[in-house]
Amino acid sequence: MKHYWPIVLVVALLAIVPFVTTSNVVLNFLITTLLIALVGQGWNLLGGYGGQYSFGHAAFFGTAAYTTAILQVQYGINAWLGLFAGIFAGSLVGAVIGVLCFRSGLRGSYFSLVTLAFAEVLRIVSSVTPITGAGVGTLIKLDLRPEAFQFQSRVPFYWIVLILVALSLVAVRGVENSRFGAYLVAIRENEDAASALGINAFAVKLAAITLSAAITAAAGCFYAQYFLFIDAAIAYGPWISIDALLAPIVGGAGTLFASLLGALVIKALGETTKLLTGDAPGLDLVIYGLLLIAVVGLAPRGVAGVLTALFRRPLRVQRGDDNG
Amino acid sequence: MLSPVILVPAVLNGLMAGAVYALVALGLTLIYGVLHIINFAHGALLTAAMFAAFFAFTLLGLNPYLAAFLLAPLFFAIGYALQRFIIGPAAHGEDRNFLLVTLGLAVVIENALLYFFRADTRTINLPYAFDVVEIGPAFVAVPRIIAFGAVIAVAAALWTMMRWTDTGKAIRAVAKEKLGAELCGINVAHIYAMTFGLGTACVAVAACLLIPTYYVNPSAGEAFVLIAFTIVVLGGMGSIAGALIGGLCVGVVESFSSIFLGESLGQIGIFIMFIVVLLARPSGLFGARQ
Repeated sequence: MKHYWPIVLVVALLAIVPFVTTSNVVLNFLITTLLIALVGQGWNLLGGYGGQYSFGHAAFFGTAAYTTAILQVQYGINAWLGLFAGIFAGSLVGAVIGVLCFRSGLRGSYFSLVTLAFAEVLRIVSSVTPITGAGVGTLIKLDLRPEAFQFQSRVPFYWIVLILVALSLVAVRGVENSRFGAYLVAIRENEDAASALGINAFAVKLAAITLSAAITAAAGCFYAQYFLFIDAAIAYGPWISIDALLAPIVGGAGTLFASLLGALVIKALGETTKLLTGDAPGLDLVIYGLLLIAVVGLAPRGVAGVLTALFRRPLRVQRGDDNG
Repeated sequence: MLSPVILVPAVLNGLMAGAVYALVALGLTLIYGVLHIINFAHGALLTAAMFAAFFAFTLLGLNPYLAAFLLAPLFFAIGYALQRFIIGPAAHGEDRNFLLVTLGLAVVIENALLYFFRADTRTINLPYAFDVVEIGPAFVAVPRIIAFGAVIAVAAALWTMMRWTDTGKAIRAVAKEKLGAELCGINVAHIYAMTFGLGTACVAVAACLLIPTYYVNPSAGEAFVLIAFTIVVLGGMGSIAGALIGGLCVGVVESFSSIFLGESLGQIGIFIMFIVVLLARPSGLFGARQ
């Protein structure tokens, strides 16, 4: 169990927050940060560990968000069931895209761009079909009861997203320590060599994209419940695909806490620049973009890379490099 | 439905629209073919060039087609400097960092435009923008014919340059074997920047061809860049002829799917074609098998 103590530590640290402050600003910031961390953790599993860079994680996020919203609005199904249905639907989309892409041997940039195309197709379809509310979007009715996965205060939402992030961390750590994880990293490093050693690359990548989609899908369901509104641009828009890869790459793709670290960094950067520039449209994002370039320029291996360089010993344990 | 009265204009208009797509894709494919990076800043640079063409017309009274001769070298210089002094050093030669840096650049450029010019949509009025020429049963707008001709000329010039000049040979050498080229004394950082500059110059020409009939706002370029990506992949990454033919195909497909599926679903045809082609032939229509 020693592999899991860093997760316990980090989650415990985050769990203290609601006891220290109930400020809506702080909680809202942390909830959206954890949401991005969850979206990104899905990407990190497939992209960071498996080397399959998806530009279309919005496909999983959006499908899950729409599934849970539509089940509630059109069919009156309980939101908690909707959560599981959403995760299931998201991972199903992941599996289908995985079968299609990996069967035909798409790799590298080709895989990236096809996933982008899938997300775009879903975005265009959902912006015209009646069941998704077409251009108007879907509004989930306000029903502030825990049974309906809606709460008066932000604190319960914080707990839920923290639990989801904790589960995703445990899942990824589990993968890291498993044979499956070793296969996945082997495929990232050299797919042909991995296949030559008898690894079924297709099955491993398919499992990875399905699990990856499930994690990102959970974030999609949470988004729908937290904001109670989605439309095609939110659900399948490029912003979510970009955040999904930005967070783990900034954090240091292929490490356990990459997505969490990266989400904290990009969210903090975003909020600070917004604060500094007032309401001049665009100026905050100009600075954000410049800082992003600077971060990449100064920390090419991500925040995790910087931390490893600073504290060599502790992080080696964290990464599970030694077999003790 | 398939009478020639509908069919011929659809094909012609598709080809004309596709030509500009092809030019945007040409820049992208050049950069991909040599640097092996997906340039996320391409759309933002297109938007910037469209603004430049817009202001060249409104402030200096410069005809957009003439402005191309001014903007192409200017954007070549901008592209060269961006790659040489920002993207290259910041990316440390890692693919995923190229991705992030170009993404960051796109965010900076788009939002700087938003900050200075606000989100207003602007258009220019050329006296001949709505003139049409009759070709068989179809009427084709004059600006589109000019654009079509210009794109063919640019593609031909680019192809000639790549084939016969020393710079072109160096670019092809770097694309094929970076280390080998370096050992032969080719300055790889310089060639990378040259390529990025050429790609950006393509975008500047495309902007000048677009501005007479299209609008410009801080996110105008985005619509083209996704289509350009699909063209690049369809044509085989790095192939100039592939980008040209791929662009024309995509224009026709879009024009047909607008007719059969309606305007709002028009682009879906492009992406479905893209997915189907790639799943069947993973290295693109004209790319070499990997």
